[in-house]
Order: sequence, then structure tokens, then C-alpha cells
Amino acid sequence: MLYRESGQFKTSYAADQQLFPILQDRAAVLALLAFALVGVPLVATDYWFTAILMPFLVFSLATLGLNILTGYAGQLSLGTAAFMAVGAVAAYNFQLRVPGIPILVSFMLGGLSAAAVGVLFGLPSLRIKGFYLAVATLAAQFFIPWLLVKVSWFSNHSASGVITAQPVVIAGFAFDTPVRKYLLVLVIVAVMALAAKNMVRSRVGRAWMAVRDMDVAASVIGIRIMQTKLIAFAVSSFYCGVAGALYAFAYLGSVEPDGFNLDLSFRILFMVIIGGVGSILGSFLGAAFITLLPILLEVILTDVTAMTGIALPPGFISMAQLVVFGALIIFFLIVEPHGLARLWQIGKEKLRLWPFPH
Amino acid sequence: MSMSTDEVHAHNPARRIGDTVLSVENISLAFGGVKALTDISFDVRAREIRAIIGPNGAGKSSMLNCINGVYRPQQGVIRLDGQSFRRMDPHKAASMGIARTFQNIALFKGMSVLDNIMTGRNLKMSSNLLLQALYVGPNRREELEHREKVEHIIDFLQIESVRKTPVGRLPYGVQKRVELGRALAAEPRLLLLDEPMAGMNMEEKQDMCRFILDVNDEFGTTIVLIEHDMGVVMDISDRVVVLDYGKKIGDGTPDEVRGNQAVIDAYLGVAH
Amino acid sequence: MNFFFEVLIGGLLAGVMYSLVALGFVLIYKASGVFNFAQGAMVFLAALTFVGLQEKFGLPLWGAFPLTLGVMVLLGIGIERVVLRPLVNQPQITLFMATIGLAFFLEGIAQIVWGTDVRRLDLGLQDEPIESIMTNFNLLVSKFDLAAAFVAGVLVAVLAVFFNKTRIGRALRAVADDHQAALAVGIPLKQIWAIVWSVAGFVALVAGLLWGARNGVQFALTFVALKALPVLILGGFESVLGAIVGGLIVGASEKLAEVYLPALMSEFLLKHYDISINLAGIEGWFAYMLALVFLLVRPEGLFGERHIDRV
Repeated sequence: MLYRESGQFKTSYAADQQLFPILQDRAAVLALLAFALVGVPLVATDYWFTAILMPFLVFSLATLGLNILTGYAGQLSLGTAAFMAVGAVAAYNFQLRVPGIPILVSFMLGGLSAAAVGVLFGLPSLRIKGFYLAVATLAAQFFIPWLLVKVSWFSNHSASGVITAQPVVIAGFAFDTPVRKYLLVLVIVAVMALAAKNMVRSRVGRAWMAVRDMDVAASVIGIRIMQTKLIAFAVSSFYCGVAGALYAFAYLGSVEPDGFNLDLSFRILFMVIIGGVGSILGSFLGAAFITLLPILLEVILTDVTAMTGIALPPGFISMAQLVVFGALIIFFLIVEPHGLARLWQIGKEKLRLWPFPH
Repeated sequence: MSMSTDEVHAHNPARRIGDTVLSVENISLAFGGVKALTDISFDVRAREIRAIIGPNGAGKSSMLNCINGVYRPQQGVIRLDGQSFRRMDPHKAASMGIARTFQNIALFKGMSVLDNIMTGRNLKMSSNLLLQALYVGPNRREELEHREKVEHIIDFLQIESVRKTPVGRLPYGVQKRVELGRALAAEPRLLLLDEPMAGMNMEEKQDMCRFILDVNDEFGTTIVLIEHDMGVVMDISDRVVVLDYGKKIGDGTPDEVRGNQAVIDAYLGVAH
Repeated sequence: MNFFFEVLIGGLLAGVMYSLVALGFVLIYKASGVFNFAQGAMVFLAALTFVGLQEKFGLPLWGAFPLTLGVMVLLGIGIERVVLRPLVNQPQITLFMATIGLAFFLEGIAQIVWGTDVRRLDLGLQDEPIESIMTNFNLLVSKFDLAAAFVAGVLVAVLAVFFNKTRIGRALRAVADDHQAALAVGIPLKQIWAIVWSVAGFVALVAGLLWGARNGVQFALTFVALKALPVLILGGFESVLGAIVGGLIVGASEKLAEVYLPALMSEFLLKHYDISINLAGIEGWFAYMLALVFLLVRPEGLFGERHIDRV
């Protein structure tokens, strides 16, 4: 009864084109954001920040990036982690080699570097589609981390290419505690999510979806397919690059290029599929789900062991993770290809009518 | 089918057929060894409704695909507004004011009706990526401005109630309308319609005929259409090209074509 | 020069292994249009099951083989039922992603059942040079590799006969051409798919045994199997011959590249730019880059057919 839009008439297209046309949605999003900014820092422990909230936010950003490319523009990529690596290493080098450069500028340049590399590896998409492209992006996935390790200049000649991120200081204020880092990442992610939402509801977003849904028809109404795909690669890689920079600077502190492996790329792809292909909200839901699942699994399995006294073989939990991830992917593709975002939407439709059945 | 369309044509003083805007000259197209079109030439005059008819596999859709650059003919020239093109490309065609619909609906299935039609405005929008990401100033204005234009089209086609529905969920006849709407959104001077009435019932066909005639009348849009329903073709078109096995076998007013022996043979199936 | 030929032959023989994995992909792609990312996981599962059965029940070779084959056939039927059937008529990309999920699932299950240790697999073939070639041509050619190449050759021949001469084979090709039409003439689509996945399981088993015997049965097998993807891009997704030729090209070129390129490039960089870098490990990505370049030149592969988009 509370969630109903009756009585909210829109008298202008401007009102109808708002981000959240329904009043309750607007209120809920603002409340959520306020809670994340003020409430969470008051109640959450350091464990929450470092083990759950940070990875959730960073992966949300990477998932947004991949979702723009795969969900909106229809180009499958298995090289997400490689683009994150470019972002992390580039941001590190800008900090290292350009005296006095503000850290936010480094993050941005990290993103732009990733965008440039993304466009390079996106070039084959002009001629090939679907899983052919997926194989092409594997080239990025295997080549880039190798290059970053081998050319030791990238890591300032550290062993096996490990980069240790510089402290994050903005205008004299050090983001050195989990809470502060969390707030910084939260703001960056929120701003970039808003920008993504704006893009997908503007001309470029429509062009992406048009190319995804039917490229011939798109070209016939004057959409440049080549340009549209490359912009998608650039924007997507930019997001992944910034996510990579945050991964290094705010989440882990030090990373090695080999950490940005195929496994991480798959994990982000799973976040897209489970969260919702072609949905901004879904990117967050997927990231939350995949971040929380292993933790839940571990808690459950440990409890089961404790209760039954059956000792699990070593490595069982990570194997069980593989099984559960795999099964969930298949399950979602079969039962709800639009993922958690669609389930959320269905829930909202129901809520709109509640307490009446129709 | 009788819709007294002649009256519309006759009584509207604004509708005056002008000079040639498009001519295709000696177009030949082959896929591997299969000849789809052989040495086709015809012209289209401003503000006329020009039909292309012919049995299945006659090469009608291929002809439209050559005109707007989806296919590239091996031979021949397409002349548009005095410029000649050996090969058209789809983007160039669109920017020169050619819009089209497809035989098997080619809508963007995952997008709403509104967004589908908005894509038709693509070439008329100009704000850059950054403005779009921020959704401020010029981009916001632009989106609203074009939304208003698109709403006019939605009104015109009477699809207001489904404007936010993903097109994949709409019935066939409505999808055909949306596709016309998307083409109209580009404000084309030349509209290519590939079987706009295929698979429709009588009522839907009448609606679609009305839309086509209205577009032609009100906006002076030149229309090239492929259609199987002879009643419709003879009623609404000014001149008709007849194709059979990729060759042109007739060209003229509906009456002339009706009397053409080659055309009658093609339709009645005389052995070749 | 001898060294060059040794590397080349070694590469070609390793390429045979890639071909074997790629063959499984081609079979499934031809019959169902599914790009089966889980083929590598199936190779791993097959090898692990084989070794596991041997260890646990002390089975001999000829005892473990049919049992494992049985497992693979059941798996094939299961996949058809649980994964493919509900996803019929979905876009190819959806099916592709489903097989990524399948790969994770199978890798997890295999290791939960049989453990995560690296296992030795003994087929009774020694990885040692053949003496007659050694003495006559002064070349090192491994007995094992040659035997593997022989097995691969036989397998391809059998599959070619199966595809071209048997009723099931004809039905398979019909299905590959057009699902709807095949259904219309009464070809039982579901059975055909189950058969194809079973055959792919068989191919995976053979590949898994050969790979496992060479490098040990371990998780890394799934990465090796990924190399089949660039092989397919070179050879074309629909061609058995392409899988073989593509495999040989990838195997040979990546070995040659690994042996010669790093030294050449390092020398060049040192001489002209005074940069000293060790570039070993090209093998990890060379095949993918080769495929990437190839895609830009000839997207349909060496033996693939160019498709015309009809609108």
C-alpha cells in the first residue's frame, strides 16, 4: 500500500524522464545512500569494511564496466581482470613518476589508460561477434599480466611485478583507515554508477543496445556500429581500470599482475550474469551476491562440520564454491536470464499491487 | 480492398509529384554464383508512392538493400539527389534522409517502444559522451526536445499505451507500427518499406495504409514500398516496378502494369 | 638446423594434443551450435575419473577405460537434459555462458570426488626418444608423442567415417544445418544431442588420457584445454580438418616462438634501446595473440564457411 504511484501524475516529459520517476523509489535511493554514508560507518566493524564492503564496492564498479560492454553493447569479454590490471598499474605509475599529481587524477588516468588498451583489444569486435570475440579478449587476459610482470619498469623493478600502492591523500586528508577508504570508494562508485545510468538512458546507451539487439537495423538508422562498439569498449575499460586502481589503492594495498587472472575475469562475468545482464542495479546485486556467497558458504560448511563432526577434506570449501557458482550460473540462465535485477523488478510490481492480487 | 484513396490523392493540393530524386541504374547483385538482381533500372520521383512487386524470390528486398547500402551490388549506380554512388553505405544513406523498415521486423527487442523510436533520432542528436554521462545542460534539453518529437509520432501511430513496453512483448501488428515509427522519427525524405502489411489482418492493413498515405500527404515523404497485397498496391501507389527472377519485367502506373502480359505470366506462372 | 626440426616436431606433436581437445568442441558445435567452453573441464574430469578409478579399485587400463567412458556418456546425456534442453532456441551467447558455468561445476565436482592432488597416469608408453630416428637422422622424437599422434589420427579417421557414412552421422549433419528442418523430417533432436555430447565425452577421455599421461593429471589441464579455443579460430569452428590443422599450427608456432622469439626480442631491445628484459613465457599467450591477429584477417577461419547475413 505504501509503494504505489497513483496520484503521481507527470505533466512534463522532464518529470517522466527523471532517474527515478516514482517518488518512493527516489526516497528509498536517497535513504540508502544516506545510510551508506552515515549509518554504515557508525555501525560496521573493520572486518565488514575490509572483507565485505570494499570488495563489494570495487567489484560493483568492475561489474558495471563489464555490464556496459556485455549487457548493453552485447560484446562478451573474458578479459575484465586484465583491464583492471592496466588501471591499477597505470595509476601506480602516474603517482610514482609525476610529482605532485593528485591521486584522483591518477585514478582517472589509470582508467583512461585501461580505456586505450580496451579499445585496442576491442578492434577485432568490428569483424567478429559472440564467442569469437570472447576468445579474442582472452588474448588480453593472458598477454597483459605477462607484459606487466616481464617489463619490470611497470612495477618499479619489484619482484614478480608486485606494486605497492602509495598512500591515498586528498587535499592533505589521509584516507588511511578502513572507514575513510570505504567512504572514498563509496563516493567514487556512486558517482560513476550515476554516470553509467545517465549514459544508458541517453543516445549512446540506446546506440549500444541497438547494436546489441540488431546491428543491421542499427546501421540503417545511421548508428555507426564501429564507433559505437569502440566507445563501449572504451567506457567499459575505463570503469574496469578505475575499479582496478581502487582494488590496488583502497582494497588490497599491494597487488601483483598475476592476481588479475582469468579467474577474476570469470568472477566478474558471473556477477553480471547473476545480477542481471543489462542492468545498472543488477551490477550491484550481482557483486553483493558473489562477494557474500563464499563467506556464507564457509560459515555454513564450518557449522555443518562442527555439528556433524564430519571433517571435510582440505580445499573442500573452494571446490564447493566452484560447484555452487557453476550451478547458479546455469540456474539463472535457464530460469531468470535477467538475473536478480529482474527478480527485484517482479517483487516491485507485486508490491505495487499489494495487498490486492491484481 | 476499397478505401477511396483516390479521393485523398485527388483532393490534396499539396501533393504534387516532382522530379526524380532517386534512380537506380543497371544494378546487378549476386551472392556467390546466385544472381539476385540482373541489370535493374528505375527511378523514383519526389513525393510519389512507388511500389516494387513480384513473386517470392524476385529480388525485391535485395533491391531495397542495395538502395540503402546493406548489400553492395557488383554493378550499377545509385543516383540520389544528383550524386552517384557505386556503393551506398547504410550510414551515408541514413544521413541523406533514407529510412526503412524490414520484412521480418528488425526492432531492438530488448528496448522499449519509446527507446526504439528514439534511436531513429540518433542522427539529429549531437551532445558528446561527457554531457551524456552527466545528463546536464544541452544533453538534457536535447533528450527532452527529441522525446517530444517522438511523442508526436507515438500519437500519430496510436501506440501511446505501450510506449514503455519492451517491443519484444508486443503483438506483431503493433511491432510493425513501431518499426514504421522508428523510420519516421528520422524525418526521412525517402522511406523504404519492406512488406509493411505482411501478416496483418484486414483492419490492421487498413490502419497501416492510412498511416502510409498520411505520411506521404502530410510530410511529402517519398515512399518506395514492397507489398504482396495487389489490392493495396494498386490502390495506393502511383507507379509500380515489377521484378521476376531478379529481372525487371514491368514498370508503369498500376493500370499499365495490370495490362502487361509479362507481369500476368509471372503471376500466373507461365513456364520460363 | 637439427634443433629447429626438433622444436618443430615437438611443437607439431603437442599440437596434436590441442587438436584432440578442439575436436570435441567441433563435434558439439557442428551438431548443436553450442560453443562448449566446458570441453576442457570434461577432459580434466575424464582423466581424473580414470586415474581415480584405477587408484581406488585397483582397476587395470582396460577396466577403467569402459567405466570412465560410461561416466562420460552419462554425463553427456545429463548435460543434454539439464542444461541444453531448457536453453534450446536461446541465443548462442547464452549457451556459451551456460557452458562456462558447466565448466566450473564439473571442475568442482571432479575435485570434490577425487581430491585435488596431482596424479600420475601411466599408459605404458614411455616418453623417450625413438632410437632409429635418433641414429639415422639425429633427431629427438618422443615415442609417446608419436603414439599420441597415431591415436589422434585414428580418432579423426573414425569420426570422419562416423560423420559421413553412418545414419547417425547424416542425422548429425542435418541437425547442424537446420534444427527445425531436421525435426520436421523426423530426426530425434534430443537423442542426437545426447549422442553428440557422449561422443564429445569420449573424445575428451582420449585427450585427457594422453594429456594426463604426459603432464600428470592436474587442474592445469583445464588451462591447456583453453588453448583449443585459438585452435578453433584458426581452423574454423565447423571443420574437423580445421581442428587438426589449427592444432598443428598453434602447437608448432607457439613452441618455435617460445624458443626463438624471447632471445631475438631481448637482443633487439638491448641493442637498440638498452633495455634488458627476460621475455620467456610467451607460450602463455602466443596462441591467443595469433588467433587475434588471424581474426582480423580471416574471421571465418581457414576451413570455415563465410556466412551471408540475410535481412
